[in-house]
Amino acid sequence: MKSSLRLNFAEGFCGKREVAMNHKPLKLKKKAVATLTAWALVLPSFIFLCVFTLYPIAQTLFGSLFSESLSQIHAAFAGVQNYINLFQDEVFLRAFWNNLIVALITVPVDIILATAMAVFTNTVKHGKWLVRLAFFYPVILPMIAAANIWLFIYTPQYGLVGMLNSSWNLLGTPSTVLPAIIVMLVWKQSGYFMIFYLSGLQNISKEVYEAAKMDGAGSFRIFRSITWPLLRPITLFSFIIALTDSYKMVDYLYLMTDGGPNNSSNMLLYYIYQTGFNFWDIGKASTITSILVVLLLLISTVSFFRQDKRIVYS
Amino acid sequence: MKSRQTTASRIFHIVMYLTALLWLVPLLWMVRTAFVPQDAAMNLTTVVAPTLDNFTEVLTSAPFGSYYLNTILIVIGTLAVQFFLITLAGYAFARLNFWGKDVLFTLFLAQLMITPDVLIFPTYQLMVKFHLANTLPGIMVPFFASAMGIFLMRQNLRSIPEELEEAAKMEGCSVWKIIWKVYAPLLRPTYVAFSLVSVSYHWNDFLWPLVMVNDVNKRPLTLGLAVFAQAYETGAQWSDICAATCIVIAPLLFIFLFFQRQFIESFAKSGLK
Repeated sequence: MKSSLRLNFAEGFCGKREVAMNHKPLKLKKKAVATLTAWALVLPSFIFLCVFTLYPIAQTLFGSLFSESLSQIHAAFAGVQNYINLFQDEVFLRAFWNNLIVALITVPVDIILATAMAVFTNTVKHGKWLVRLAFFYPVILPMIAAANIWLFIYTPQYGLVGMLNSSWNLLGTPSTVLPAIIVMLVWKQSGYFMIFYLSGLQNISKEVYEAAKMDGAGSFRIFRSITWPLLRPITLFSFIIALTDSYKMVDYLYLMTDGGPNNSSNMLLYYIYQTGFNFWDIGKASTITSILVVLLLLISTVSFFRQDKRIVYS
Repeated sequence: MKSRQTTASRIFHIVMYLTALLWLVPLLWMVRTAFVPQDAAMNLTTVVAPTLDNFTEVLTSAPFGSYYLNTILIVIGTLAVQFFLITLAGYAFARLNFWGKDVLFTLFLAQLMITPDVLIFPTYQLMVKFHLANTLPGIMVPFFASAMGIFLMRQNLRSIPEELEEAAKMEGCSVWKIIWKVYAPLLRPTYVAFSLVSVSYHWNDFLWPLVMVNDVNKRPLTLGLAVFAQAYETGAQWSDICAATCIVIAPLLFIFLFFQRQFIESFAKSGLK
């Protein structure tokens, strides 16, 4: 009895091993085939990714170590000199600072407004369609068209704001140009984040609310203790997108201020455009691009690890 | 207690209705200025018959027809290539288990953050080398591989039951056929969602066409509008500029009016991966 059991066991073991030995090359072959197929399918996209994202990133990081401009046609190795010069460049520091101010104000305002818009759109009884339209339509307008509309609004004498007080020249005054731009950006973008909150709200089950109401919680309390915490992943996500967008979207500067007056509304990406395409300072443009790239990668890496813990991917 | 809360929620509703109204003001005011004779534009209290004069003025003074054509070519050309590429790559990432998958996927992830718009300067230099500067393909090519599209495809492909693929394999279908005959028809909602996002992105893009294109007849709408607006630095021509802005934003706005739900869902989908 005992020995037969042992035999059985040995048989089973050997059998298993045999299967495994037969299986491994098969599995390997299967994976090799899958790898070939997959690479063939991904290759077209990967080539474009390499040529238009990875290579330019590498090239710009490398190029930032050389000085090359209209006055210096042959690139010369400069080490970190470009970076040192840049951090002594007042316009760059100004643009860096402006970007930060705009981000620090628009991001929380966008998020708060977007939440209010979503909660309102979700509960409103009359004119839901129109309300949603009103909040979302600025998102689909071209930034340059939005800039046109707001340039008109801010024009002294002729514009809506200009009509209120003809001595106001919001875009032409260093102290008011950033607030004026921030108002436009909030109008343009908060509807975009509203839709994420809307889909987040629809995912919260009604039973939770009913239970809270049974316990006698008021609507503000319900919002604070249930809705807002449950929307946390959305808030994190919106925060990252709003933050990076504030660095990427600078089209409006071209029409509204050209970075002025006196660079008080200049931003990093727009400064890249100016140094690269107006002054052809290749070394400097590469250096600012490198800084922007590193900044965006940092934001995304931090967000990736934070998101990973909270959002369960379906 | 209860009455205080309903007051609070009533105030919230009133404030938000007013916000919605405020949000509409820029659009309404621009449309009004575009349709009102120039001399009446600045007087908000007078009621005047609408006119199309501003529009005829715009259309005769700038080639908005060719701007339109260029934008449509850019948008459709980019989208067609994107469709093809994201379907193939999306399938590979969703269904195949292969060596290098994670590394590849991470590299694509980088493009979500570092979009071609950030890299205008190095990419422009590259385009000069490729002799694509100042051409329409030059505007489109950097956007052909879309990481966002690939992720969207991968996500939605995964929700399709794999039994369908198994059945097709049993009947001897190749991978190529499985992708285009089995999956592609089922992915139609995803294609719609991606199209709306891609089209509105490229319809609205400005900085990249600005650095790429010099010739008047190669300008897309956004660039044409900016140049048109810059031609008038003084305030007197705002009626024309508003009319031009209307011309540029009308198509997307109308599509949005009719497909509001799809639009909002598509934007939500493409954001939340």
